[in-house]
Amino acid sequence: MDTFLQQLVNGLTAGSVYAVVALGYTMVYGIIQLINFAHGEVVMIGAMVAFTVINLLAPGGLPALAVVLIGTSAAIPVCMLVGYALERLAYRPLRHAPRLAPLITAIGLSIILQHLALLVWSRNILAFPQIIELRTFSVLGATISNVQVAIIAICIAMMAGLALLVYKTRLGTAMRATAQNQQVAGLMGIDVNRVIAVTFIIGAALGAVAGVLFGTYYGIAQYTMGSVLGLKAFSAAVLGGIGNIPGAMLGGVLLGLVEALGAGYIGEFTDLCQYAWLAGHIDACRGGGHFILFGSNYQDVFAFLVLILVLVLRPQGLLGERVGDRA
Amino acid sequence: MKKTPTRVWLGIVLIIFSLLALPFALAYAGTAWVRIANFAILYIMLALGLNIVVGFAGLLDLGYIAFYAVGAYVYALLASAHFNLHLPFWIVLPIGAAIAALFGVVLGAPTLKLRGDYLAIVTLGFGEIVRIFLVNLSRPVNITNGPQGITRIDPFTIGSFDFSKPQTLLGIDISGPIKYYYLLLAVTVAVIVVNIRLQNSRIGRAWEAIREDEVAARSMGINTRNLKLLAFAMGASFGGLAGGMFSAMQAFISPESFILVESIMVVSMVVLGGMGNVWGVVLGAVLLSFVPELLRWTVGPVQDALFGRQLVEPEVIRMLIFGFALVLVMLFRPAGLLPSEVRKRELTEHST
Repeated sequence: MDTFLQQLVNGLTAGSVYAVVALGYTMVYGIIQLINFAHGEVVMIGAMVAFTVINLLAPGGLPALAVVLIGTSAAIPVCMLVGYALERLAYRPLRHAPRLAPLITAIGLSIILQHLALLVWSRNILAFPQIIELRTFSVLGATISNVQVAIIAICIAMMAGLALLVYKTRLGTAMRATAQNQQVAGLMGIDVNRVIAVTFIIGAALGAVAGVLFGTYYGIAQYTMGSVLGLKAFSAAVLGGIGNIPGAMLGGVLLGLVEALGAGYIGEFTDLCQYAWLAGHIDACRGGGHFILFGSNYQDVFAFLVLILVLVLRPQGLLGERVGDRA
Repeated sequence: MKKTPTRVWLGIVLIIFSLLALPFALAYAGTAWVRIANFAILYIMLALGLNIVVGFAGLLDLGYIAFYAVGAYVYALLASAHFNLHLPFWIVLPIGAAIAALFGVVLGAPTLKLRGDYLAIVTLGFGEIVRIFLVNLSRPVNITNGPQGITRIDPFTIGSFDFSKPQTLLGIDISGPIKYYYLLLAVTVAVIVVNIRLQNSRIGRAWEAIREDEVAARSMGINTRNLKLLAFAMGASFGGLAGGMFSAMQAFISPESFILVESIMVVSMVVLGGMGNVWGVVLGAVLLSFVPELLRWTVGPVQDALFGRQLVEPEVIRMLIFGFALVLVMLFRPAGLLPSEVRKRELTEHST
């Protein structure tokens, strides 16, 4: 039970970050049906910029919260700029090209961004300085830290903010109209190009914050962190139903939980020594030993398995609508 | 039947002659260049295999390197000191290709219904899963030896003829890499012939039909499911074959060689050269293999001279070239450098 609760807390923390990154994928997909493959790299750049600033300011004696806030507010505009540049330079010219073209461009962009980051920050791992005093609380036998609480709270706030923006403002209405039908939205006086650019920018800003949170949670940031994080977030978006904003939130949290619980229990389930009919044949089991087929080092496999299973069994995702063209 | 003009024959003879002479010319510049040429040929093989999936059948596969890994590991496990198995290569290579093909079907089967961009992501995930297994399958039973990889893999040998050892034949000194060059060249020529024959065959035309419009293809009586699986299997088997040769040539493999970036490199070669055009793909693979190496040998010293140190690592330049190749080709020449006729029509025609 303790493991279960603990993994639940860990899964919820990672999952809420996945959810925020997944929003970036799903918003762009919802509006122009493009998998913005480079979004993971935008998140990485956000984390790297913030960590650089935080490491510069850390010895200055400012309160930890202020340092992190300044770092994050430095990262957000950089990422917004990158997001806008991606859309303007690489995706807009290909908006009416066959579907494979922007996808291939996106892959190229992600390689470019990743290696530009390598140029700027080298291969070194940036560590998060010890400025936040880690406090832990015990809830029903599970340990939860103040950082985890903060991450979950910030993610919920951002998701709520985005939901307000999309469903309650004029801009949100314009975004939804563009997503439904670009041409008609254009005829209704909506500047489609601007709306699409803004979507990219908002997604990138969310990504920047998510990058900082993710880096803070694990204590490190590196130029390679974007690709796997991006893939997991994309899986989350697909799980929830790509193009669907509540779906991305749900998918992110679920994916985080699946991953944490999977990593927590896979070792126990695949320990062949617990199955009596097998244990007798395995030397390693004598005297209470273990013969674990798959340990928690397979954690990263879960996201991909979830992705493949969802696409095979329910390609429209949990909350997505069935669209003929999609399957 | 059109008569082939003498000039064309002359050209072909010239090309054959220069390809045969190439390793000796390269050996003058250093054995490293022969190795680079060997890798270029391996990449041609990989790119041609991927071209079957991406170019012919129109299925974007971003996890292609997984099949290369399967071929490489099958060879390494069956012909090395790791399990103390030393099967000869003419047995191991077909096994590797077959197992890779099986993996291709395993990947293809659940993804048959997926449309382009979803398929790309799923294949990418599949490639990562294979890599994670390679890294972790060292416990509880040591199969892949984990991140350390497998060493002392057997070279190709035919009787007493060992491809890894230098030898003097007819008074000419032939180094190991040069021997491998000829072997790779021969296999690649075979792969090219198979590719060209495939393209114009019933199967090739069916693939093209599926790529253009799957629903229409099915209504014309094409068994789209089997043909898509066949594309995956055939593409994968070429990957497996190339993997086996890589394994033997290097005598060492580790999961490091089969990362996502490698898949993307092969995709870049196919895209740059021209999806669906065999000669375009060959050109793409040659360009993207040699240009980064040339830069490695020129940019490095230039940087040393200008700044006194390496400002930009050659590896970074290499990857930036791949990235920019993908983006710029898609923006300015979407059908690639040497486009196939059909593909050109398809990619320049704006859909709405």
